[in-house]
Amino acid sequence: MAEVTLHEVSKRYGATVALDRVSLTIADGAFVVLLGPTGAGKTTTLRLISGLEAPDGGDILIGGRSVLRDTPAQRDVAMVFQQYSLYPHMSVRDNLAFPLRSPVLRTPEDEIARKVREVAEVLRIEGKLDNKATALSGGEMQRVSIGRALVRDPQLFLMDEPLSSLDAKLRADLRVELKRIHATLGATLLYVTHDQIEAMTMATEIGVLDQGRLVQFGTPREVYESPVSLYVAARLGLPRINTLPAGLFAGAPAGAKTIGLRPEHIRQGEGRPAQVLRIEPLGDQTRLHLRLDGHDIVTLTDVHTDLEPGDSIAIEPRNALYFDATGARIV
Amino acid sequence: MSGASVTGPSRRLKWAAGILVVGYALITLMPLLWIMATGFKTSPDSIAYPPKVIFAPSLEGYVNLFTTQTRQTADYLAANPPQTWYEKIVHDRGMVITGTSRFGERFMNSVIIGFGSTFLSVVLGTLAAYAFSRYRIPLKDDLMFFILSTRMMPPVAVAIPIFLMFRNLGLSDTHAGMILLYTAVNLSLAVWLLKGFIDEIPREYEEAALIDGYTRFQAFTKVVLPQAATGIASTAIFCLIFAWNEYAFAVLLTSGTAQTAPPFIPTIIGVGGRDWPAVAAGATIFLVPVVVFTVLLRKHLLRGITFGAVRK
Ligand SMILES: Nc1ncnc2c1ncn2[C@@H]1O[C@H](COP(=O)(O)OP(=O)(O)O)[C@@H](O)[C@H]1O
Ligand SMILES: [Mg+2]
Repeated sequence: MAEVTLHEVSKRYGATVALDRVSLTIADGAFVVLLGPTGAGKTTTLRLISGLEAPDGGDILIGGRSVLRDTPAQRDVAMVFQQYSLYPHMSVRDNLAFPLRSPVLRTPEDEIARKVREVAEVLRIEGKLDNKATALSGGEMQRVSIGRALVRDPQLFLMDEPLSSLDAKLRADLRVELKRIHATLGATLLYVTHDQIEAMTMATEIGVLDQGRLVQFGTPREVYESPVSLYVAARLGLPRINTLPAGLFAGAPAGAKTIGLRPEHIRQGEGRPAQVLRIEPLGDQTRLHLRLDGHDIVTLTDVHTDLEPGDSIAIEPRNALYFDATGARIV
Repeated sequence: MSGASVTGPSRRLKWAAGILVVGYALITLMPLLWIMATGFKTSPDSIAYPPKVIFAPSLEGYVNLFTTQTRQTADYLAANPPQTWYEKIVHDRGMVITGTSRFGERFMNSVIIGFGSTFLSVVLGTLAAYAFSRYRIPLKDDLMFFILSTRMMPPVAVAIPIFLMFRNLGLSDTHAGMILLYTAVNLSLAVWLLKGFIDEIPREYEEAALIDGYTRFQAFTKVVLPQAATGIASTAIFCLIFAWNEYAFAVLLTSGTAQTAPPFIPTIIGVGGRDWPAVAAGATIFLVPVVVFTVLLRKHLLRGITFGAVRK
């Protein structure tokens, strides 16, 4: 495992700027999650680090050494692809053994057997080892493709939305599993996703990508509590942050255009009266949809609330976030 | 799949479709079956009118196909009784065997030239198709069109230049010459077909192999080739069928050493009267390799249907 550094890395595809001077350090043993919507440049970042693409500018260092001249094989990274994860013409066992049989590793067969068994156990696919890769469910396929990365002991694991195609239950299970693997192996991971829950639950650091630019990098807590922009603030938090005109409540700082109110930033019982539109009980929480001066606001309330649609409730901001006209945060 | 589903075809429909397919197959196979049957008839039976559907089978045609014979006097025949079953067949017609015919040789020429050019076409075609599919090549589309354009003219249109070229290069009536020629003709088809198949294989597979520590060539052999098996098998069958059946160039460019079976078989007709059973026997044997080859590869052809462990 090693520290990985991106220095001012840029990549263009024709007229599209996929990555724009991204600098980033993934500490040894870190679990970094890059978060961004489709087209933000997440896959491109992984392809540049793995050596499948060459950057137009900047440098990539693994363990303090520039790897730009190295082939993918020489970089010693493992990657889980977003799609097309398994070789359809091989059994699950051969898929898992494939990296170990490479000319770079040349693992003896008895050790291959041991490692494959180990990984299969961790991912709970022992019973499927002799299946053809095509005879698996989506969840099993994805576990095998994660397994194919885990059998190796690379400098860095790269994972491209590995859970995005799975159902919610499996996704939750594998999140826990990945976190556990990270802790036990002490592995360095760069994981990209558009799913904020994955980012919040697994990351030691989150990097937020916006159209090829890394707009913020920090611990999940830092990024959640002190987003640098409205864009970042909107990426994390469920229900989403409410964005309202700054003038809706008193106390906005000079230059503020927008006030960002997370559900927990809304104190109930005082302030301006808002109308209850809908109550959404979700079991563990209850969402409250309000309307104030023509603006929709979502907040949380008591699970067993007595409120009903049409009721009026006073609300006021608490520790609100303010943003200027460009969307940048005002502190 | 088992049982009839609500949306699937009903049992009766399946039966009707089955009967239709079998009936159509019988009609189209009729001439073929007739030729095969003729190969086992005697000469008189083969031209009997009305045609004989039921007949006493004979190997006369096959014996005639593989041997050369000459007519002998009754005295000679009486003095030299036949030693083997095939000598007896000939003997009974007042003939004796004087040697083996050229058919065996010509058939081997067909095998060498047909399979040789198929092998070359598929190997070169796969490499070229891979390059066209994966690499940035200047003027790629124009090159692909150029490759296809070599197939646009009928063979006769290029026959004379090729004839002259072969004569000057000493390739006339050689195995190497015919293999090269059929490879050149088949290559355009092979490149186009295989490029289509390779385009369908996601690059991610090779990329995963590259990251897993393999070289590009190893990724090609271990990941791309197995997945292109379907395409390679069908391409090989197409190439073999063309090279196997090719007649025009074979007539023009071969006469002896490298003559293939197609121009040879008609010459049987001229030897010692209309020997239809021998011609039919030759045609039957001629069919065998292509049928066997196709049957051997059919597993790969069918595999195309269950292609890909794709997560979507
Ligand atoms: N091979 C390519 N050719 C052209 N444009 C590409 C290519 N790969 C990515 N892009 C473009 O680069 C941008 C970033 O893509 P990508 O890194 O795949 O985003 P993400 O993985 O975050 O969805 C997108 O606008 C995408 O259209
Ligand atoms: Mg992507």
